[in-house]
Amino acid sequence: MASDRIVGIDLGTTNSLVAFMQGENPVVIPGEDGSNLVPSVVALDERDQIIVGNAARKYLIETPERAIYSVKRLMGRGVEDVRDELKLFPFHLADDLQAGEVLRIRLGEKTFTPPEVSAFVLRQLKRNAERYFGAPVTKAVITVPAYFNDAQRQATKDAGRIAGLEVLRLVNEPTAASLAYGLDKKQNGIIAVYDLGGGTFDISILKLQDGIFEVIATNGDTHLGGDDIDNLLLTIALDDILGDLKIDLRRNAEAVQALRKAVIDAKIQLSQHTTVTISIELPGGKHYAREITRENFEGLIQPIIDRTVGPCRQALKDAGLKPEQIDEVVLVGGSTRIPKVRTLVEELFQRKPHVDLNPDEVVALGAAVQANILSGGSEATENMLLLDVTPLSLGIEVAGGVTDKIILRNSTIPASATQHYTTQIDGQANVAIHVLQGERELAKDCRSLARFDLKGIPPMPAGMPRIEVKFLIDANGILQVSAREQRSGTEAQIEVQPSYGLTDEQVEGMILDSFDYAEEDFRQRQIIEARSEADTILAALEKGRKSPAWGVLTRDETKNIARLEKALLAVKNADDHKVIREAIDALNQGTMRLAELMMDSAVATALKGKTMEDADVGEGPTAPHPMAKAEFE
Amino acid sequence: MRAAQFCHSCGKVQPPAPADYFTFFGLPRKLHLKEAALQREFYELSRKLHPDLSVRADAREQAWILEQSSRLNDAYRTLKDPIQRTQYLLGLEGVQLEEQSKSATEEARTAGTVKKQVVPPALLEEVFELNLQLEEARLAKKMGEPDPELVRELEQQKKKWEAQFEESLEELKGYWHEWDKLIDHDAAPEKRAAVRDKMVDLLNRRNYIRNLVRDVNEVLEG
Repeated sequence: MASDRIVGIDLGTTNSLVAFMQGENPVVIPGEDGSNLVPSVVALDERDQIIVGNAARKYLIETPERAIYSVKRLMGRGVEDVRDELKLFPFHLADDLQAGEVLRIRLGEKTFTPPEVSAFVLRQLKRNAERYFGAPVTKAVITVPAYFNDAQRQATKDAGRIAGLEVLRLVNEPTAASLAYGLDKKQNGIIAVYDLGGGTFDISILKLQDGIFEVIATNGDTHLGGDDIDNLLLTIALDDILGDLKIDLRRNAEAVQALRKAVIDAKIQLSQHTTVTISIELPGGKHYAREITRENFEGLIQPIIDRTVGPCRQALKDAGLKPEQIDEVVLVGGSTRIPKVRTLVEELFQRKPHVDLNPDEVVALGAAVQANILSGGSEATENMLLLDVTPLSLGIEVAGGVTDKIILRNSTIPASATQHYTTQIDGQANVAIHVLQGERELAKDCRSLARFDLKGIPPMPAGMPRIEVKFLIDANGILQVSAREQRSGTEAQIEVQPSYGLTDEQVEGMILDSFDYAEEDFRQRQIIEARSEADTILAALEKGRKSPAWGVLTRDETKNIARLEKALLAVKNADDHKVIREAIDALNQGTMRLAELMMDSAVATALKGKTMEDADVGEGPTAPHPMAKAEFE
Repeated sequence: MRAAQFCHSCGKVQPPAPADYFTFFGLPRKLHLKEAALQREFYELSRKLHPDLSVRADAREQAWILEQSSRLNDAYRTLKDPIQRTQYLLGLEGVQLEEQSKSATEEARTAGTVKKQVVPPALLEEVFELNLQLEEARLAKKMGEPDPELVRELEQQKKKWEAQFEESLEELKGYWHEWDKLIDHDAAPEKRAAVRDKMVDLLNRRNYIRNLVRDVNEVLEG
C-alpha cells in the first residue's frame, strides 16, 4: 500500500540521502534540483524561513551566523563534550545554556537543539520523497554510525519524530552498507566494512550466510572523518595567511567559510590530481595562492587516517579473526576516495578493497533494503535478516565508582541483563541506579547514560527487598529499563533522568513548534493528498464505464460526467489543493447515480447466485461505496 | 523439545515462559555441543523471532517478541562460548561463580582492602616465584634502571602462563566428557557434584592465571 511505503534515510554529517526499493533494486530519490545528495546544511533566510541543502550553502559564506552544518557532531552530547569541537566549528551556542541541558544552537535570532536542526534536514528528505511518490511518507529507517552511543541514537530518533517520521528502525551505517553489498553479491563469507565519512569512522566485521547478516564485531570513532582533514588544512591556510600576508582572518567568519570551501575543493581534487593550487581572494584585495602536492597532502593527513587503525585492530581482535580470514573489505563514505586511505586499508587487511559501490550512496541504499525487509520483504530481499550488535558495553556504577559491565560490547541485539538490588537501611523507599556505557573500568571514564530512581519500595527491613531490574537493549541499540520488587510483586516506579537528551514532553513541544516552519510542508501535503484522491476517483470512474450500470445512464448524465472528468483532469496538477478538491467533489456529485446503479446491479447479480466478485464492483460488500468521497483524518 | 516460543496452531510468538538457556534451544544440560548446529538453530529461530520481522504487530505482541528475541540472543551468546557455557551450567547446578567473586570484590571495596585471592594450591610455588620477580621488576622500573635480564625472565613467565591458560581449556573439555556421561546415565547427584567441583576448581585456577598474565603484561608494558 502506498501510504505504508517505508523509506531509507542516510542522515549524514555532510550529506543526507533518501532511498527506497524500486522492484529488485534500491534507488536514491533525487531532490528538486536533481541532486541525489542533500547537503546537511540548514540556514535561516531573510524572511526567517528555513532553507535546507544546496540552497542553504550560500548562506554559509554570506551569513555564517544564520547557517549550521555538521550538526551531527553535536547529537546527543552535552556542553562539556563539545568544548574541543567549538574551537574548530563555527557553532554558536545559546548564551543561557545550563549545565546538563540539551545544547541549543543559535541560528539568527532563534535557537534550536541538534535534533531540531537534524529534523529540518529530515523534513527536506521527506518532502523530496513525497514529491517523488506523489503520496505522503510517514515511516522511515534512519542510519546512524555504528559507534553511536545511546544518547546519540535517542537524539536521532527524536529528530525523526520532530520531522513527522515514525522511525521504525535505526540501522548502523556500515551494516546498512553490507546489506546493499550483499543484495548485489549474494555470497557467503566474512566481510569488513570500512566507513570513513564526513564526521565519523566505523569498522564492522560481518558474517554473511544464506541471507543472514550477522555482525561479529564493530568499533569506531564518532569524531573522526573528512571534517578533521578540512579543519587541518584550514588551520594551515589561516596560519599561512597570517604569516605571509599578515592578515588575521580568524574573526572573519565569512572569509573563514570561503577558505574552508577552497581547501575542501583542493582535498577532493587531490584524489584525482597530483597537484592542486588553492587560490582565493581575501578581504582587502589581497590574494592567497598555495600549491599542494598529493605527497604533501598525504604527509599532512597521515596522523588523522592512522587513527582508524586502532579501531580496525580491535574489531579484528574482538571477532577473533586475522586479516587474511576476511574475504572482502568494502569501502564506504566519501573520505575513502582518498588514495592514501585506500592504501592504508590495503596494508591493514592485506588485500585490495572492494570499491565498486558508490561510497556516498551505499548507506542510503542499504537503509532502503532494510526498509523493504521491515515492510515484509520482496523477492529480492527474501531471506535477508540483519543481526546487529551493540557497539559499547553497558554497565552499572557500583561501590567505589567502578563500572560493573552487564552487557558486553558486540552482543547481538536485542540483548538483556537482569540485576538484583536491595536496600541499605530499614524502610528505605528509593534506590538510585547509575547506568553507564563504555569500556573503561571507572564510572567517571564511561559515558553516563541515565540515572534511575527506583521508587515506592514497600517498607521493609534493610536487605529484605529484592528488586529485579531488567536492562534491555532493543533492536535500535537503545536501552529500556523495567523493575519489580519481587517479594511484594510491586512494579517499582522508575524515574529516568537521561544524562543528555530530551524528555518526551520536550519532543512533543518541538513537534508543535515545528509546525511554524512546516506551513509549506502542510500545503505540499494537502496537494499531494488531493492529487492521489483525484487518481482514485478517476480510476473508479474508468471501472464504472465498463460496468452494465453505465448503459442505464441517460445521455445527459454521461455527457455531464465526461465534462466533470475533463474539468478534474485539467486542474489535477494545479498547485492549489482547494481547486482540486472542488473538482473532485463535483465529479463525486455527478457520478452519484452511477455509483448507486453499480451497487444495485451488483446486488441483483449476487441474488442471481453469482458472487460479488463476478459482479465487478471492485470491492467486497463491506467496501466503501465506489464513488463515495474518500475519508481523511 | 525446544521451549514454547510459538503457538502450536497459529505460529505466533508467545509471551516468554521462564526457561533456562538449554531448554530454550531444546538441548540437554550437557557441555559438549556442536557449534555449527547451534548456529543453524540460532539463525532459524532468529528468522522467526527477530523484531525486524514484525514491525506491524500490535504493542503487546511486539513486547513479547522483544523479550523472546533478546532471550534467544542471550542464550546463544552464553551457550556458544565454551567457558560461558560451563559457567552457566554450573550456575544452574547451584554454584554461584560470578556472584561469589562479585560479592567478594564489593566487600573488599567497602572495607577498603584489596580483594584477597586464594592461590590455587597447585600453583602456590610457581606464583611465589613470579610475584618476587614482579616486585623486583616494579622496583627496578621505579628506580629508572630496568633490568634486561629480568624482563627476559618475565617474558618467559608470560609465555608459560599463557600456555597454561590455553591448556586449561583442554583440561576442561576432559571434564565435560565426564559430566556428559553422567548425564547420559542419569548418575547419582554425588557423582555429578564431584565433577562439578572439579570444574569449579579449574575455572577458578583459569581466572587466577588470567589475572597473573594481566599483571605481567602491566609490568612489561607499563
